[in-house]
Amino acid sequence: MKVCMFHLMPYRDLPADFDRRYNSAYIDPLWFDVADADKVGQYYNWTLDEMVYAAKAGMHGLCTNQHHQNVYGFMANPSLMGATLAKLTNGQDVAIIQIGSTLPSTNPPTRIAEEYAMIDCISGGRLVAGFPTGLPTDATISNGVVPLDQRERFREALDLVVKAWSAKEHFAWNGKHYQLPMVNLWPRPIQQPHPPIWIPGSGISSTAEYVIDHDHCFCNLNYFGARNAQSVVERYWELAAKKGRDANPYRLSFLQLIGVSETDEEAEEYARHAEYFFHNLLYTPPYYMAIPGCLEYDALALAMQNPARQVNLRSLTYKDFVERGFVITGSPKTVREQLLDGVKKLRIGHLLALLHFGSMPTELCRKNIGLFCREVLPHLEDLWDDEWEDRWWPERLRLKRKVAALAGAAS
Amino acid sequence: MASFAERKLRLWQGRIETEIDVGGGGPPLVYLHGPWGLRSDRAFLDLLARSHTVYAPKHPGTSGGDHQAAHELDNFWDLVVYHGELFDRLGLEAPAIVGHSFGGMVAAEYAANAPQRVGKLVLIDPVGLWRDDQPVKNWMIMPEEARAKALFADPAGPAAMGFFGLPEDPKARIAAQVDFVWAQACTGKFAWPIPDKGLKKHIHRIVAPTLIVWGKADGVIAPSYAQDFAGRIAGSRVELIDRAGHLPQLEQAETVAGLVRGFLGG
Repeated sequence: MKVCMFHLMPYRDLPADFDRRYNSAYIDPLWFDVADADKVGQYYNWTLDEMVYAAKAGMHGLCTNQHHQNVYGFMANPSLMGATLAKLTNGQDVAIIQIGSTLPSTNPPTRIAEEYAMIDCISGGRLVAGFPTGLPTDATISNGVVPLDQRERFREALDLVVKAWSAKEHFAWNGKHYQLPMVNLWPRPIQQPHPPIWIPGSGISSTAEYVIDHDHCFCNLNYFGARNAQSVVERYWELAAKKGRDANPYRLSFLQLIGVSETDEEAEEYARHAEYFFHNLLYTPPYYMAIPGCLEYDALALAMQNPARQVNLRSLTYKDFVERGFVITGSPKTVREQLLDGVKKLRIGHLLALLHFGSMPTELCRKNIGLFCREVLPHLEDLWDDEWEDRWWPERLRLKRKVAALAGAAS
Repeated sequence: MASFAERKLRLWQGRIETEIDVGGGGPPLVYLHGPWGLRSDRAFLDLLARSHTVYAPKHPGTSGGDHQAAHELDNFWDLVVYHGELFDRLGLEAPAIVGHSFGGMVAAEYAANAPQRVGKLVLIDPVGLWRDDQPVKNWMIMPEEARAKALFADPAGPAAMGFFGLPEDPKARIAAQVDFVWAQACTGKFAWPIPDKGLKKHIHRIVAPTLIVWGKADGVIAPSYAQDFAGRIAGSRVELIDRAGHLPQLEQAETVAGLVRGFLGG
């Protein structure tokens, strides 16, 4: 399997009374009341350093993402981060996973096709092209996209991007949402006809079905842990089987909060950062998440029939987060046992490890990365590869892994 | 109570099915509902139907048989043209048009685009204009408590209870919840993110005698907007309604129906 470092780039020093002052991590917090631009400059640099450190420590991929107007994570343009990481990791066999730029809110979407092609060229063909539809707040409030248009724009934009990457001739795009007279993209990605495509989704929406139909990789960016994702992931695999797709675990990427310490007791060092994450950063009220139109009619009807268990994150403590499996923390042994269990049960091909969360200082993040890569990752990475090929991984990196494996077997 | 019957029309080159509640008797009156669908307005329509033949079409996408219809209309201009076709097919030459909230924006824009096709115009707490000093609240992203206060002068009164109330039967309950959200989605398509889609440039073309009705406690779009509309529509008249918020036709149904019927001469 592949294990990748995921980073949200959150605000790490929120005031202690933040959760009493604001009812949402998104939209409401006022920059000048809460944030400091010098500090944020430090965070961006720490984030890049932590990602590069993770690559050197043995992570297979580095994941960036796009969010707006919030304290939870603000890589407002993930291509800026991805381009920097592509340059800083040149010569290393690590994938640059943009997961990624939001198509519905970028006009024209060929802008993202260009940025991704640039990253693929800079990195020497190491790009994974992730395409989120975007959180409701990001797309509709921060970027003004009509909620009911969000998914429609996403699909049209992705068709346009994929065509623009590989078309041999100029073409005109006369779409519903986008019109371009002569598309002839410069540059094109090294990976042809297109880099591997990953698409995040919640599993309830129509996204999972779209991903299976198009044979892309589905990323369940679920912040409540593998233990709480059974039903969503089961539904995904059932749908894949129904549509005649194989059970290749690499069809699925999954995010998990992880904190590794020397012993289970010492893992208490993650307590306040986990609480900061769930209380301050992840907390977004329903009126910002369930904006009318962001779910299509059928998905809306399904969601109303099976309402998500409403959990008041602010009423829970670190102990609850650990017990419920939202976060996996502990000694290397504890962490790898829980991860192996979850990964096998859900058939996760790409584990996206959120090794920085909340207010975690850079020293603790680096310790987490170091321990994880030395003590946990080696126990995970051989999973699946005897049986399945990762068709959703940059080809040049796939070949290098094969060569390395052969060399290992020969010696 | 007047008896209403449902008519169905296939419009827009066969790609949209629209249900129209038709009832009452007398001169024709078209009612265009607001962002939350037609469901809550039926008692008010009964009052209007005493003197008029009421035609109450459901906004594209909110008819039971065609949830995807809003995807067939790309923008507000399409929506206005669609209404022209709808009225043609109903055989309405120059009906009175009553529009509430989002429906008021549609009614006003239609009356500006086809001035001769509207006999009289009634706008009840319409959106469609914008003032930076008094921004219209985004009704699609309001916390529940704030929403009740914005919509109703008495958020705990019978009108609010009826508006937010859900059926006991679990299936009907879910259907009502879905309808409530979906109606906002389908109307919101033409109003998001700011319900200022060009009416300010067209509104001077309205020639129909116009009545502007506003709840004094409207928390979505301030009652001061009544003068902004009135100042741009020649010869229009404003009526402010006591003890009513954004939905005066629910909170003060008799009063509003009386004013409308008086104005229309019914």
